[in-house]
Amino acid sequence: MTESVFYAYAVVRNAAGLDTALEGVVGVAGAPVHMVSEGPGSDLTAAVSPVPAEEFQERALRRHLEDLDWLEAVARAHHSVIEALAAHTTVLPLRLATVYLDDGRIRAMLHEDAELFSQTLQRLAGQLEWGVKIYVEPQPDTRRPGPASAAGSASAADTTADTGPGRAYLRARRAQRHSREECYEAAREAAERVESIGRAMATDHARHRVQQGELATGAGENVVNDAYLLTHEATAEFRKRVLDAAHGLPGVRIDVTGPWAPYSFVAPPGTEDPATDRPP
Amino acid sequence: MNDTQRPSGAEPLAQSQVALIDLLDRLLSGGVVLTGDVVLSIADIDLVRISLRALIVSVSARNPSPWQTPALPEDAP
Repeated sequence: MTESVFYAYAVVRNAAGLDTALEGVVGVAGAPVHMVSEGPGSDLTAAVSPVPAEEFQERALRRHLEDLDWLEAVARAHHSVIEALAAHTTVLPLRLATVYLDDGRIRAMLHEDAELFSQTLQRLAGQLEWGVKIYVEPQPDTRRPGPASAAGSASAADTTADTGPGRAYLRARRAQRHSREECYEAAREAAERVESIGRAMATDHARHRVQQGELATGAGENVVNDAYLLTHEATAEFRKRVLDAAHGLPGVRIDVTGPWAPYSFVAPPGTEDPATDRPP
Repeated sequence: MNDTQRPSGAEPLAQSQVALIDLLDRLLSGGVVLTGDVVLSIADIDLVRISLRALIVSVSARNPSPWQTPALPEDAP
C-alpha cells in the first residue's frame, strides 16, 4: 500500500445531496471522492480524493505532464467531479493537480481563504460558462462564375492574351489570397458581432489562447477562443444569437461549447489571464 | 477522439465527450490557483517544456494575430 496525498477538485457550499451526487464518481487515480468541510460555523467544503503520493511529487508530476495520456486521464477525472457537483450547486473549480498532505491541510486551506471563496461563490451563483470558438475555413474562390482555374491551367473564359502557366498560377494565387483575406475579414465581423452580443447579455467575458497544434481538431483555423459567463435565463437566447452571428459570412464557422462550470471566471473581473491573445 | 473508458456511473452533463483541448484550456489556465502542499503547482510549470507543446505553441511568445494573412511568397501587386 503506498502513501496517499489528497487531490482537491473544487470548493462548494455545503448542500444537501452532495454526497449522493458523488456516489459512483471516480476520482483521479480511480479512488472515490468525498467532501472535507472547513468545520463548525462554516458552510465551505472541498471535494477531495486520495491519490498515490509518489505520482504527485514534484519530479513525478513534471514527468507525468509530459505524458498526454496521463494528463488526459487526470483532466477527465477532474472534470467529471466538477460536473457531478455542478449539477447540484455553484462550484469553484481548482486548478488541475492541487494536492494536500491530509484533511487537516485542506481544512486550513478552506479557513485561510474562506472570505475569498465565499465572495466568489456568491458572484458566480446561478451562472455557467459557455465557450465560443470562431473558425476561418477558406472557401474555394467563388467570385468568378464557373470553376476556379487551377494553378497551371489557363481558364478558357480568360480573354487576356497572355495566359502562360506562370501567369495563370499567379492569378490563381492572388484569387486564393483574396478569398483568404475575405474570410478573415468575415471572421473579424463575426467576432465583433459575438462580442457585442456578449456585452449585451453576458456577465463576464474571458479570452483563451487560440487553439493550435495536434489537439486542435476543429476544421479550419481557430481565430477566437472565448468564454462567456451567463445566467441561466440568458443562456438560450445567447446561444441562438451567437450561432446566428455567422449568418451570411461565408468561410466562418462558430462553435458553442458548454455548459461548463465557471472555470474561466474564478478570478475577479478585471484580473486578466496572463496567457491570452490581445484582441486585434 | 478514441474510445475512452468511461468511469462507471456519472454520464457527463453536456456533450457526450468534451474535446480534450477545450478541457485543458480551462483546467490549465482557469480554476482557482492555491498553494498546495506539493512544491510544484501547474501554475509554475513552464508549459513550453512539456507535452503541452502539442497544443500550445508557447505561453510567453505572442502568437501572431490571427487577423493578419501571412504574406504569400510571390506578392504580386
